[in-house]
Amino acid sequence: MTEQSWQDGVYAALKAAGVAQIGYVPDAGHARLIERAHADNDMAAVVLTTEEEGIALSAGAYLGGQRTALLMQSSGVGNCINMLSLPINCRMPFFTIITMRGEWGEFNPWQVPMGSATEAVLKAAGVHVRRADRADEVVDVVAASAKFAFDSCIPVAVLLSQRLIGAKVWVK
Amino acid sequence: MALDRRAVVAELLRDPGDTPGGELLVVTGLGSSTYDAGAAGDRPENFYLWGAMGGAAMIGLGLAIAQPTRRVLVITGDGEALMGMGALSTIAAKRLPNLAIVVLDNAQFGETGHQASHTGLGTDLAAVAAGCGWANSCTVTAWEDIPALRARVRQEAVFAVVKISAAEVPRFLPIRDGARLTARFRDALGLPVD
Repeated sequence: MTEQSWQDGVYAALKAAGVAQIGYVPDAGHARLIERAHADNDMAAVVLTTEEEGIALSAGAYLGGQRTALLMQSSGVGNCINMLSLPINCRMPFFTIITMRGEWGEFNPWQVPMGSATEAVLKAAGVHVRRADRADEVVDVVAASAKFAFDSCIPVAVLLSQRLIGAKVWVK
Repeated sequence: MALDRRAVVAELLRDPGDTPGGELLVVTGLGSSTYDAGAAGDRPENFYLWGAMGGAAMIGLGLAIAQPTRRVLVITGDGEALMGMGALSTIAAKRLPNLAIVVLDNAQFGETGHQASHTGLGTDLAAVAAGCGWANSCTVTAWEDIPALRARVRQEAVFAVVKISAAEVPRFLPIRDGARLTARFRDALGLPVD
């Protein structure tokens, strides 16, 4: 499955889950989803200055009856920790898709500390974590995890592994 | 003379049903803004933050996108607004017509011992908002201008800084159970509990 085709599959899964708002801090691994969201008149695409804004966006959307997905990379997870008290205290769904850095052929050592801590930190903060490593499983993992978040009204993160996304190429 | 925060919020929230589209939807920032809104009269359309500092404005954005026919008002303090200052850029970029923000500015972190905040040390939040792209950004210092602000926040995408007195006011502690606040807010909008 090509990168574009599984990303389109992920977008379709978000639509099927009823997602109407997408907040994002850009990452190359989310580029296709961001492009699709902006092209979709029925989707509000919100570019954020920092990742925790997306958690508050999601909470407000839920108060108003809409579902949200937050797209970020693993380096942004550390920015989110205190804001996660919002969906947890308010018993709201929260759904995020996180592209992993610092774990597979990483060139940039500054990505490694947060990448290594991402899963443990999310779990410690009360988020249910699922992971997709292969192109042939990613759409199913996203669909089931979104359903899990919205139907059970809990915070859920899907980690897209760096192996799946492809390590960033620095030498052209 | 700096304004009394309770009187300002009571006026802004007076007759909340007198709002285009129906009951005004209110999100308040952690700390005194939450107490002020509760003291003005508890109602299910008030969503009080007791934490999640820096998140009030973005909650307002998500809500305003989801409820385009309703008016959303975020009332928060200078400290809470400063922590989420990037949200002023994020919100301005969306150019929503139905979201207004009022910052009650006493230039102090009142909740933690009245330490000076950045708004007393040189930051002008109305100028920051204007720089982020808010077309209607203002600072209000006179009581005579509060009734007009009450009307504006129910009609325009306005960002207003209201200079308030740092004097202590009596504590008023509204509901702090987030799940209950969420359920009653959604009930008031006729949304299913899912």
